[in-house]
Amino acid sequence: MPSPTISAPASSPVMPPEAATAGPTPGQRARALGFRFAPALAFIGLLIVWEVGCRVFKVPTFLLPTPTMIIAGAREQSLSIWTVNLWATLRVALMGYMVSIVVAIPMAMALASSKLLARTLYPMIVVVHSMPIVAIAPIIVVTLGASDLPRVVITFLITFFPIVVTTTAGLLATPEELIELSRSLRADRAREMLNIRLPFALPYIFSALKISTTLSVVGAVVAEFVAAEHGLGYFIQFATSFFKINQSFAALILLVTISLAFFQFVGMLQRVFAPWSLPKSER
Amino acid sequence: MSDTPPVISFSGVDQVFTRDDRTTVTALKDLNFTVGRHEFVAVLGPSGCGKSTLLRLIAGLVFPTRGKVDIYGQQVVEPRDEIGIVFQRPTLLPWFNVLGNVTFPFRHKYGRVTEAEKARAHELLKLVDLEQFATSSIDQLSGGMQQRVAIARALLLDPDIMLMDEPFSALDALTRDEMSFELLRIWTERPKTVLFITHSIPEAVLLADRIIVMSPRPGAVREILDVPLPRPRSFDSLSDPRFNALANHIRSRLFARHAA
Repeated sequence: MPSPTISAPASSPVMPPEAATAGPTPGQRARALGFRFAPALAFIGLLIVWEVGCRVFKVPTFLLPTPTMIIAGAREQSLSIWTVNLWATLRVALMGYMVSIVVAIPMAMALASSKLLARTLYPMIVVVHSMPIVAIAPIIVVTLGASDLPRVVITFLITFFPIVVTTTAGLLATPEELIELSRSLRADRAREMLNIRLPFALPYIFSALKISTTLSVVGAVVAEFVAAEHGLGYFIQFATSFFKINQSFAALILLVTISLAFFQFVGMLQRVFAPWSLPKSER
Repeated sequence: MSDTPPVISFSGVDQVFTRDDRTTVTALKDLNFTVGRHEFVAVLGPSGCGKSTLLRLIAGLVFPTRGKVDIYGQQVVEPRDEIGIVFQRPTLLPWFNVLGNVTFPFRHKYGRVTEAEKARAHELLKLVDLEQFATSSIDQLSGGMQQRVAIARALLLDPDIMLMDEPFSALDALTRDEMSFELLRIWTERPKTVLFITHSIPEAVLLADRIIVMSPRPGAVREILDVPLPRPRSFDSLSDPRFNALANHIRSRLFARHAA
């Protein structure tokens, strides 16, 4: 086990001498451990209260299944059913998300470069975003037919707004001095955008990308509610109509897992590729 | 006067801005002055006297409403290569390390950084005494160190003219004094024509050969003063009776209304 002996000398010069000799007391150590695992313990506590509460008060399964019943519900369906539905939802969410990025970031660059475009295009974007997504989803499905296309479009519509708005704000938040520096070097507008404005907007862009991860799953599920043959949203509707609430809950847990994983993945990309864009505490 | 034109010359310059509501503001009124080669000129005045506009006229970032600004006898019609700018805030790029920030002007202008340019950047970091921080990230540096990186950045393309827009005003008082002497040292090693904008009277007197004192609204030249202190200047210059005499004179002129 060489690793502890390697890491110890590296950290010891910065450690205050009293900390190096005394170390934390067992009481302090237990408190630190308790603090660290508090969120997990609280969650486990909640599950226990849920399980016990439902059993004691005899809550009917079709109203609120217990955690163990949800696990049992997950097992009632085969693994292939779960993977097919999971993939259908994930695929739509990812495609809609990608299309959003590809459309929204160049659009934000256009909005940030031209006042005329900002004046004409921006109100339209707001109008499109003001349409309740649940209300236009059926219309889009009728217009675009039964395929992944309408579902991707619906996901796109819900994810693209925060990316456009936040990226535009970021591109315009560049310090004026750097723009003057760029102009004093007689660099063209494209260089100004790519070398200065765009990297400066990265903290904004990453916030928007993180918000849009969860929205993309919402978009995919809403689309499946309207018309679909696969997907976790479709599965929830199907299962609820047969009062298999425990299976719906299992699908819901999968959806939450996708959202969380997607969010964490984008956060990881930011930590790897642009650590400077994070607050110091999160690097 | 010799035949060679002055480095910077303002002749009858007015600068009028039109606001969004179509009212106009006269930022600068009838400016006339020249700056000679390797001269250190401080522009001193209260906030809102158009000092920064004056600097941007020289940089070719804005153009006068009336009159003309010449550099080496040629009218300024666009930004020129001879000019380096240091702003009030360091405004470094957080995604580059110190070296990347110093070489940024070259990268931005030509799309790549050559080995020669990197060597030059290292040399400039040595000049501003930050050689050992070349690979440090920006947020590891103090405010004064960041401003020294900004000075190195402004020197990268070897400009003849340095425009400095209140470069030390965002620093704490102690760092500010230190940076003044640091700048004098750099200027002695790399003589440049410097236009230094400030609202600090002692800073202007300590650094400059001449001081252009401005009055506000509209910004106009109130007085141009020679600084009689010998060079090189040091801490002793601060206790020179001529230092206080000049500082007091400027103070009395700037606050004439209050003195009366």
